[in-house]
Amino acid sequence: MSTLVSIRNLTRVFDVSKPWLNRVLENEPKRLLTAVSDVSFEVEENTVYALVGESGSGKSTIGKMLVGLLRPSEGEVEIRGVNLAAESDAKTVDQIRSDIQMIFQDPYASLNPRWRVGDIITEPVVARGGDATGLAAKLLEQVGLAAEDAQKFPHEFSGGQRQRIGVARALASNPKLIVCDEPTSALDVSVQAQVLNLMSDLKDDLGLTYLFISHDLTVVRHMADVIGVLYLGRLVEEADPDALFTTPKHPYTQMLLAAAPRMDQIGREVEPPKGEIPDPINPPTGCAFHPRCPLATDVCKQKRPELRYVGTTRVACHHAEG
Amino acid sequence: MTDELVDIKGRAQAPRRSRLGEFFSSDFFYMFRRSPVAIISFAVVALLVLAALLAPLIAPYDPFNPASLNLMNGFTPPSTPNAFTGDTFLLGTDDQGRDVFSTILYGMRISLFVGFAAVLFAMVLGVLLGLIAGYVGGWIETLIMRIADIQLTFPSILVAMLIFGVAKGFTPVEYRDQMAIWVLIVAIGLSDWVQFARVVRGATLVEKNKEYVQAAKMIGRTGPAIMLKHILPNVLSPVLVIATISLALAIIAEATLSFLGVGAPPTQPSLGTLIRIGQGFLFSGEWWILLFPAATLLALALSVNLLGDWLRDALNPRLR
Repeated sequence: MSTLVSIRNLTRVFDVSKPWLNRVLENEPKRLLTAVSDVSFEVEENTVYALVGESGSGKSTIGKMLVGLLRPSEGEVEIRGVNLAAESDAKTVDQIRSDIQMIFQDPYASLNPRWRVGDIITEPVVARGGDATGLAAKLLEQVGLAAEDAQKFPHEFSGGQRQRIGVARALASNPKLIVCDEPTSALDVSVQAQVLNLMSDLKDDLGLTYLFISHDLTVVRHMADVIGVLYLGRLVEEADPDALFTTPKHPYTQMLLAAAPRMDQIGREVEPPKGEIPDPINPPTGCAFHPRCPLATDVCKQKRPELRYVGTTRVACHHAEG
Repeated sequence: MTDELVDIKGRAQAPRRSRLGEFFSSDFFYMFRRSPVAIISFAVVALLVLAALLAPLIAPYDPFNPASLNLMNGFTPPSTPNAFTGDTFLLGTDDQGRDVFSTILYGMRISLFVGFAAVLFAMVLGVLLGLIAGYVGGWIETLIMRIADIQLTFPSILVAMLIFGVAKGFTPVEYRDQMAIWVLIVAIGLSDWVQFARVVRGATLVEKNKEYVQAAKMIGRTGPAIMLKHILPNVLSPVLVIATISLALAIIAEATLSFLGVGAPPTQPSLGTLIRIGQGFLFSGEWWILLFPAATLLALALSVNLLGDWLRDALNPRLR
């Protein structure tokens, strides 16, 4: 297996200050929000790497930097060893861009309501000046819709069908990597399973690699080969699903898993997670999790833990042990 | 084989309706049929536009051909034989013996042409600037929208007069009458783009954060392609409503300018010019020279306005 994506020390800072004039008049400093802070991981070809975390943990920001919708503030994204932000050869960049596609969260917003489905699906190819004859029909059948649906408009489809159209569009340019930004969170549970199964099948048939962004641990367990847990823009734990679900190493992961509802323990007393995710404009010093952590000691307040191996798991915690 | 359409999975497909059939069975047409105001005002607008387009066929006289005019026919009252020549005119004649009915038909051509062209100009300008302001943002947005705000503080008729005056200063004397119509269009258009720009900017701000725009960006579409192909079709329905209401305003603005003597020249009289000519004879008893052009203008502006109001309600899903 070879590495398809390697993300190194990726950081993204957003300027959320008020407009310049208000800032001067009210004598306020600039406000900077660190959405992603020093994240490094690698995605192997033909696998599913899942990023999980609460809202505001920076998972979508990482996805957007990967597909090029946002520029990293620091660090780099390398696809097959090419850093897109630094590469000057336009042809290489274009080639790699067409190898990356994205499936969006909201199937009601991700399809242009005034375009016919066929045009939506073939846009990635047409925009590059490619030949799209018969492509829409082929792709629609591949995702379980009818070839005739190419003539319809998005409003004529249900949420699950629309997400299939989104998948078809993502497949149009024959990509290697698809970034899935919560592709099922807007769908009913029954439809979620259908779309996830479709995505699994397509991965095997076409040799795809997924970066799967989700807040839903059960969905992730079903799909992922490797799971990365994000907390406040930092990668706190990375492991394969079995290891993560049976022996979570980071106290945050343990807290998340304890809070997840379980079918086999209806009526059990669930201890709700303590505290809330802190303000990313003023993150806690040292380990970002220490205000909520049951194991926290002085070192956690002062020193940010590095990701280190404990067994096969990578974990960023001073107190994690095998 | 049956003619029934069946897709590859054997599901029956409803036969696709033609575009026209789709229109006649649409909610939009249903609402139109249910609204007497819409039907009547549409009928009046259609009638007047048609009459203006067919003016050379309908008009009994050519008011711009001096050879066909007989000064003896001046001030003939409506539908009454002239005391000297015995000629009868449906709506009477003006001081130069021009048939009022014919001048109204030709005048409406100019009024409508100026109105449509000015709105089109304002629309293209306003929509483009609004799209750019909304999509690009930053100091370009600030610049465009502040110019719009400043322009809104002046009455638009003053802006139009100013532009008209400046443009007239730049046109050579021998072309002034010829160019007057075009200058009028630019002046009214420039005084009216703000509405379009504001609405389109607002709608663009909403659309540009939707995921389909992100999808297009990720594919590598450039800014102009995203603005024109993706965002523009989604912001057009409010533009249609404003365009209709602007059309009424532009027709009135043209009439006002012409009435004030800065608009259409007497050689190409619009409804406003006719009203200006007519008001000079009002107190000497020749009321028809003023009344009929004014009534036509009223009917035209009122029905376009009512149609625009109805359209705004019909396209607003919250009012259904």
